[in-house]
Amino acid sequence: MEDTAKERAGTLLGSHAMVDAAVAVVTFAVGVAVMVNTGHLGASWVNGTPEPGYFPFRIGVVICLASATIFVRALLRARRSREVFVRLDRLRRVVAVLAPMLAYFVAIAYLGIYVASAIFVAGFMRVAGRYSVVKSVVVGVACSIALFWLFERQFLVPLPKGPLESWLGY
Amino acid sequence: MEAFGLLFHGFSVALTGYNAWLMLVGILLGILVGVLPGLGAPNGVAILLPLTFTMPPTSAVIMLSCMYWGALFGGAITSILFNIPGEPSSVATTFDGYPLAQKGRAAEALTCAFTGSFLGAFVGILLITFLAPVIAGFALEFGPPEFFAVYLLTFCSFIGIGKEPADKTILAMMLGFGMAAVGMDTMSGNMRLTFGSPMLMQGIDFLVVVIGLFGIGEILVTMEEGLRFEGKAASISPRIILRTWASLPRYWGTLLRSACIGCWMGVTPGGATAASFMGYGIAKRFASEADKFGTGQIEGVLAPETAAHASGTSALLPMLVLGIPGSATAAVLLGGLMIWGLEPGPLLFSSQPDFVWGLIASMYLGNVAGLLVVLATVPIFAAILRIPFSIVAPLIIVVCAVGAFTVHNSMSGVWLMGIFGVVGYFFKKLDYPLAPLVLSLVLGDKAEDAFRQTMLASKGSLAIFWSNPLVGSITTLALVLLFWPLLAALWAKRGQSPISLRRNGVRS
Repeated sequence: MEDTAKERAGTLLGSHAMVDAAVAVVTFAVGVAVMVNTGHLGASWVNGTPEPGYFPFRIGVVICLASATIFVRALLRARRSREVFVRLDRLRRVVAVLAPMLAYFVAIAYLGIYVASAIFVAGFMRVAGRYSVVKSVVVGVACSIALFWLFERQFLVPLPKGPLESWLGY
Repeated sequence: MEAFGLLFHGFSVALTGYNAWLMLVGILLGILVGVLPGLGAPNGVAILLPLTFTMPPTSAVIMLSCMYWGALFGGAITSILFNIPGEPSSVATTFDGYPLAQKGRAAEALTCAFTGSFLGAFVGILLITFLAPVIAGFALEFGPPEFFAVYLLTFCSFIGIGKEPADKTILAMMLGFGMAAVGMDTMSGNMRLTFGSPMLMQGIDFLVVVIGLFGIGEILVTMEEGLRFEGKAASISPRIILRTWASLPRYWGTLLRSACIGCWMGVTPGGATAASFMGYGIAKRFASEADKFGTGQIEGVLAPETAAHASGTSALLPMLVLGIPGSATAAVLLGGLMIWGLEPGPLLFSSQPDFVWGLIASMYLGNVAGLLVVLATVPIFAAILRIPFSIVAPLIIVVCAVGAFTVHNSMSGVWLMGIFGVVGYFFKKLDYPLAPLVLSLVLGDKAEDAFRQTMLASKGSLAIFWSNPLVGSITTLALVLLFWPLLAALWAKRGQSPISLRRNGVRS
């Protein structure tokens, strides 16, 4: 059972070494982007002063060099190690946080942070923790009320608000 | 003994009712973030930092530094009772702490850990009190080349001392520098690395990065591991505390060694984590019953905690006198200093004596208060840990989102935090060190300015870094540290001459 899960995870994300190599490719691209961008600004020495791109351009070069050695080491390791980066069942748990979290961020923009937080906390408890609806809602709403009291009343820091707050007159 | 007078003045600053109250709040919040997985000292301080913008800087730094002490204390609770390190620096505490708890000696282990932490911190604070003014006076003479050399030393020692692969440390550090360069160039006014995005024009804020990398990244890793907390019960009675305290003088050698290691690792940015492992290793080497380590030895708890706390405290020494933080949390505090409008560095001692000595005095008070508070509240915090992660995780995410939003009062901070959360997840799983990234992100602009000013003065010649004995020796030391792993490997290869054996012995 565990073996098949491992194999499927292998096809999904690759081994630890392959992910290592893939991340190195991404950082290499970042390094190239840094070099290209700062190269436009001028990365050399004009009239006895270093140009604005002088320092960052060299940073880009070092990013590329370091990424290259990481890439090569990862490939060498990939030959002997079959260590899995993340098993499928574990990846599912990561996505189970990541997906609602992203939805929460979107919701903040439309519903305001208080309503969105209450829904997020209650929903997470209900789905991931299998708590009763009543318990989940109570904790979620309590969390938002505590936030509201702390930020709007105590610290006087305005957080994003939505339709409910404007209906209530805030 | 001018320091005494200034220190007493500092006590009068730190002991006002408002500051004492903030101290207590800071300690309690610190223990809380130290106990909770997913929240640690760096991102806890980062989340709270935007809320301190309206406070007087002295009060703000007192609260945030107390949070740092609290987190260092709190990390030990989870290590000993739950065998889960709440902070990376308390990993070594689990080796003997948890076995002690299993034997029913949890109270003793906790008392030892907290007292060890306290003593370690105390040595660190003494070091700061007496050494900081001296170094600050000395550093007043520093020009751009000296400052760049010290920055170089900081970054090189990360590469040389760190246990992560050197190329990953370098890459993490350079990404930090790259992010620091995003936005307006301080010297020419040009926009750099913005790729035409208005979001990037205001630069990448280190607070958002820290909250993402350490907070969200940690949550993702923790969720993946699917933590179940099954801990030992904790109840500490005054009788056990007193009995444990009475037995401590026996371990003075261990305590002293660990405190010294910690101070050294804190001042050079080796970090509390490395210090705790080194403290543990050295204690084991010196112990008469070394083979009993790992089965529940008191020294195995004392040594790493003392070293970690000594290192965490003395990490503030280079931050105060040179503007160079010795740890990720110190880096966040340093960023705070700049936001509060204070210029970190040697001038701080003469221009802001209230701030500096208030902070130093608050370290004494904060650690005494921290020790008492943590001893009194262990059962409460142990109970908090028993709250299932499916409740704690969304709450932590909400707190992180609020923290990221308040940095600039904009949603872009929240999105950026999410992106860095995913980056943090991958980096953690692939053994990239995060502290150098934060450090170079905070220091990037200053290091670049120092470098460019130096180059202007020397008309582009690197020889200026060896132009006088001071800057020359710092630069040389930095390069030695940078190539230390290579040098050590060469030494080991050259055969087993008595000299190489001895040197290797000292090194490891």
